Amino acid sequence: MITLNNIEKVYQTSTIETLALNNINIDIKKGEFVSIMGPSGCGKSTLLNIMGLLDEPTKGDILIDQKHVEQYTDKALASLRNQKIGFIFQSFHLINDLSVLDNVEIPLLYRNSSAQFRREAAREALEKVGLSNRMKHFPNQLSGGQKQRVAIARAIVGKPDIILADEPTGNLDSAMGNEILNILLQLNAEGCTIVMVTHDESMAKKTHRLIRLFDGTQVY
Amino acid sequence: MLLNYIKIAWKVLLRHPFYTFITLFGISITLTVLMMITSFLDHLVGSHYPEQNRDKSLYIMNLFLEDSARTSQMGGPISYDFYKKYIETLKTPKRTSVSSMITSANSYINGKRIKVSTKYCDTNFWEITNYEFLEGKPFNQTNIANGDHVVVITDAMREQFFDSSSESVIGKMVEVDNEKYKVIGVVKAGPVTRILTFSDMFFPYNLPKSNYQRTGLQGTFVAIIEANSSSDFPEIKSEFDNNVSKIPVPINIGNTKYTIIDTHAQTYTDTMLYGVFHQEIGNKFYIVVGLVLLMLMGLPAINLVNLNVSRILERASEIGVRKAFGAPTRTLAFQFIVENIFITFIGGAIALIITSVGIYLFNRSGLILYSDLTINLPVFGVSLLVCLVFGLLSGVAPAFRMAKMKVIDALKRQ
Repeated sequence: MITLNNIEKVYQTSTIETLALNNINIDIKKGEFVSIMGPSGCGKSTLLNIMGLLDEPTKGDILIDQKHVEQYTDKALASLRNQKIGFIFQSFHLINDLSVLDNVEIPLLYRNSSAQFRREAAREALEKVGLSNRMKHFPNQLSGGQKQRVAIARAIVGKPDIILADEPTGNLDSAMGNEILNILLQLNAEGCTIVMVTHDESMAKKTHRLIRLFDGTQVY
Repeated sequence: MLLNYIKIAWKVLLRHPFYTFITLFGISITLTVLMMITSFLDHLVGSHYPEQNRDKSLYIMNLFLEDSARTSQMGGPISYDFYKKYIETLKTPKRTSVSSMITSANSYINGKRIKVSTKYCDTNFWEITNYEFLEGKPFNQTNIANGDHVVVITDAMREQFFDSSSESVIGKMVEVDNEKYKVIGVVKAGPVTRILTFSDMFFPYNLPKSNYQRTGLQGTFVAIIEANSSSDFPEIKSEFDNNVSKIPVPINIGNTKYTIIDTHAQTYTDTMLYGVFHQEIGNKFYIVVGLVLLMLMGLPAINLVNLNVSRILERASEIGVRKAFGAPTRTLAFQFIVENIFITFIGGAIALIITSVGIYLFNRSGLILYSDLTINLPVFGVSLLVCLVFGLLSGVAPAFRMAKMKVIDALKRQ
């Protein structure tokens, strides 16, 4: 589903050059739940962002469904992200000025779907994460766990094939963290491919496969 | 989607009351100033009561005499004699009219002296102007032939001279400068700024005090020429210039020999400008006015651009999220355009309210007697459009700047 070949990422400033990822080769299969672990600064999030087409590698190939995406235009990449990928961020990245329902609708705004369809789909996604009673609330009226559930609803509302979660439980206590992980496991059981960056070994053990990074290099 | 954008725009406005105040203040004050200025200019030079024919009229108000070395100059209004010989004889116009510049006279009501403005005019004056007769009628050729002491007064004068009873004042007498005149008509007063047609009282041109029998080219009169359409202007001007060229020179006044007669049939605005600058101003005037208006709009617009840049940059995280979930650059730019249009419309609505109140108070203040300033809707539309363009530019530039930023960098800007 996602194939990364010889990925290298270098951050360059006028004075220093930092190698964030070096010779990464990963193949994520359909239906897999993969964890990425490693110490802080080892390149986990960078790798996830490259998989999610949010960032470009300095070198190497990215294939989504066996198609090279290096030459895709900004518009084509946006469309691919919209159709195929859902994101969950550690710091939720909800828009505080919009209600929970409006936040969840966002991915559908960039498809040719009617307002009624968007409302229905957003309600359905919120029901799935157990937040149907908070639809008219605003993000700053919710707890951390509730915010992350809204973020998950936003990630799944467009029924993407892949969910990329960057430390989705990083800002939550363990009870809330487990609740979120259970939702992700349920989504995976329903057929969604998930790649999750985490620091938590116990959570990683519940996934199918673990990729470990160290100083930008894939350890195993 | 539009609703989503407007909701966001509204929330952003509420989130930062101070920014919102500055933004809306900038937009609404710019539009208010523009609308007030254009409304005032329109009041001064537009075709309004009682000069609704102004756009198809030419005026001859100034006549300058100069010696050959152009060292000595004498200028002023034209004489009645000049009108009869060189203007009334024009073939192209629909009609011509002559009237004196306003003069002031004294009158007494119940022993109290009041100053009134007076004007002497011919019968065509009532055809070329659109004075609305509230009572009676204008004087006619018979009144002029008989030398009748008749007068047309304004409704404001009627209130001053007669009791405010509903009884007609036609046939009653008014005394002006120790002469008695019979009121023959009452018209609705026009603003004092329409200086070529304004007066409190209108008398037949041939009453002795008008000095219409004065010879020479210069006097106290002004001519209004009504064309069938403004396309006839060049022909009328040329015919008039041709008539003037036939006047024998030199003209001896005192010890000076005047060889140059400088007078033109001009539109109202050009006539006024020529009277002030004594040269053809033409497009220069409009360019200067345009530049002043542009400056008035430009300064708040630049301020608006800065505000928008910081307002949009502050929302980098939102832009990052939208891009991550599939918003293309163009769609994001469109979002900010919609937001700016929304804000501009709010500013426009505020400006419309402020201008309406301002104009109402101005008209009531009496700063300009009988002023009738109005909100000119085409002017409002154009002002709004220009402000909108600035709004768009100020929104699009930061939006594209954000669009260039990588999604991940935008997301990191919390």
